[in-house]
Amino acid sequence: MWHNRSIGELADSLGRGEISSVDLVRHFLARIEALNPALNAVITLTAGQALAEAAVADRRRAAGASGPLLGIPLIHKDIFCTDGVRTSCGSRMLDNFVAPYDATVVAKLRDAGAVMLGKANMDEFAMGSSNETSFYGPVRNPWDKDKVPGGSSGGSAAAVAARLAPFATGTDTGGSIRQPAALTGTTGIKPTYGRVSRHGMIAFASSLDQAGVFARSAADAAIVLQAIAGFDPKDSTSVDLPVPDYCATLQAPLRGLRIGLVKEFADGLEAGNAALLAAAVAVFRALGAETSEVSLPSLPLSVPTYYVVAPAECSSNLSRFDGVRFGHRCDAPKDLMDLYKRSRGEGFGAEVKRRIMTGTYVLSAGYFDAYYLKAQKARQLITDEFRAAFERVDVLLGPTTPTPAFPIGAKIDDPVTMYLNDIYTIGANLAGLPALSAPCGYVDGLPMGMQLIGPHFAETRLLNAAHQFQLATDWHNKAAPGYAE
Amino acid sequence: MSLTRQDVEKIAHLARLAITEQEMPVYVDSLSSIVAFVDQLSKADTGAVQPMAHPLAGQTQRLRADEVTETDCHEKYQANAAAVQAGLYLVPRVIE
Repeated sequence: MWHNRSIGELADSLGRGEISSVDLVRHFLARIEALNPALNAVITLTAGQALAEAAVADRRRAAGASGPLLGIPLIHKDIFCTDGVRTSCGSRMLDNFVAPYDATVVAKLRDAGAVMLGKANMDEFAMGSSNETSFYGPVRNPWDKDKVPGGSSGGSAAAVAARLAPFATGTDTGGSIRQPAALTGTTGIKPTYGRVSRHGMIAFASSLDQAGVFARSAADAAIVLQAIAGFDPKDSTSVDLPVPDYCATLQAPLRGLRIGLVKEFADGLEAGNAALLAAAVAVFRALGAETSEVSLPSLPLSVPTYYVVAPAECSSNLSRFDGVRFGHRCDAPKDLMDLYKRSRGEGFGAEVKRRIMTGTYVLSAGYFDAYYLKAQKARQLITDEFRAAFERVDVLLGPTTPTPAFPIGAKIDDPVTMYLNDIYTIGANLAGLPALSAPCGYVDGLPMGMQLIGPHFAETRLLNAAHQFQLATDWHNKAAPGYAE
Repeated sequence: MSLTRQDVEKIAHLARLAITEQEMPVYVDSLSSIVAFVDQLSKADTGAVQPMAHPLAGQTQRLRADEVTETDCHEKYQANAAAVQAGLYLVPRVIE
């Protein structure tokens, strides 16, 4: 069963000639054709291109090339520009948009020999926590098709959970990798702000957006992060620091690792969630880690802070969609203002319009100081508290989400309730910190995730801790019912 | 804090968004609840804290040399436009 193998195992099999990349790609394409109609995780299939690229990977290998991702299939979140392939961002606005170049993340994975199978469904412009705001319809959770997979990278998460690809890319602005990873039993990492290039990744909130990875284990995520991390002159916020070897330190023992348990995360935690977290703490202690309580008193301000900063940045980023140069244009505009207003009114869905208007409001004359400036102060306060915490501990441990996957339709009409799904994940985005979600058990038969947050550029430590946890536990190996066959 | 229909009409105009009659009451309600939610920030004591300028301490936006690095791709880019003519984007007449 090729789809049950890790990236490392697949690379070994390709290297030994047990399977070709072309046959591996055929295997996953057949799974997508069979299983995706019930999930709606993949919205663009690039079968012909994938088979051609797999043949190239096989020829490269025959000519002596090697590499951990050479010939390995993947699915890209449809927020990443892919040269010559529709890049919709889950929106009617970009339903007709064919990207004219590759995002840096796409180019780097292509250079590493990874083969794109298609593009994953997502919340429109990455705005949502349930993948219900997509123009292409909701994604269904492989664990229970009446439940959401989380969002905004819901298609990527569901695709990896359903084993439609060994890994997928995602983006995380307020939890959009970690929350769907938790709700689908996958492992997801959001790197430090600036660690992975945002060039060619359609912008939502530029001071928060970061690209990352969905995989079935921390070890697989380390392989992929290695390929996409690094400085890019095309992204002015990309950080020019050397990329460590993420795989080399996976085996390091956790003896003496100082884990901080965030008091504000524990307050009001639902009983099932608290029990899973306590069990995870016990595993880490058995591995030699030390735990202590850490308080971040301003953390409860995270969600309101985010819902000022993110909409403000989105309102200016999405002003580029004007119906002129690309994207949806309304029929028969009577003048330029009508063209702008109707193209945008028709092209954007309800949640995107709501966030653009929220952002426009908080930035408008008379309100800027009260909302935007105040939020940026709160954001600095939260960041300062994280920094102080990391003087005492090496990583922070907490839940990823308040609850397991919820029913499709349950929260979509109440934006503030929906926003509170990200209560545990938003802090890391506000402070630019790396964070990882890994499966840690079940509540009501559905997977839950634990979250590890580290100081800036401590991806190595997060991956090491999660890998050691996964050597000691089996949660990450469990497939959604029916998807291991 | 609750927003009126007039507030939402003004915001929608500033954001260049056509909002239908049917959508309007939904936005008045949901934007009011979002503004009420983020209003809890007003009670936060942020003291003398400086507003954040960059998520990574000490980092600033990098500048590059003012040199041409792009090649001419306008035909490829304009393939995505609704209306172009002679290499120019077409919009409704602006000057009578």
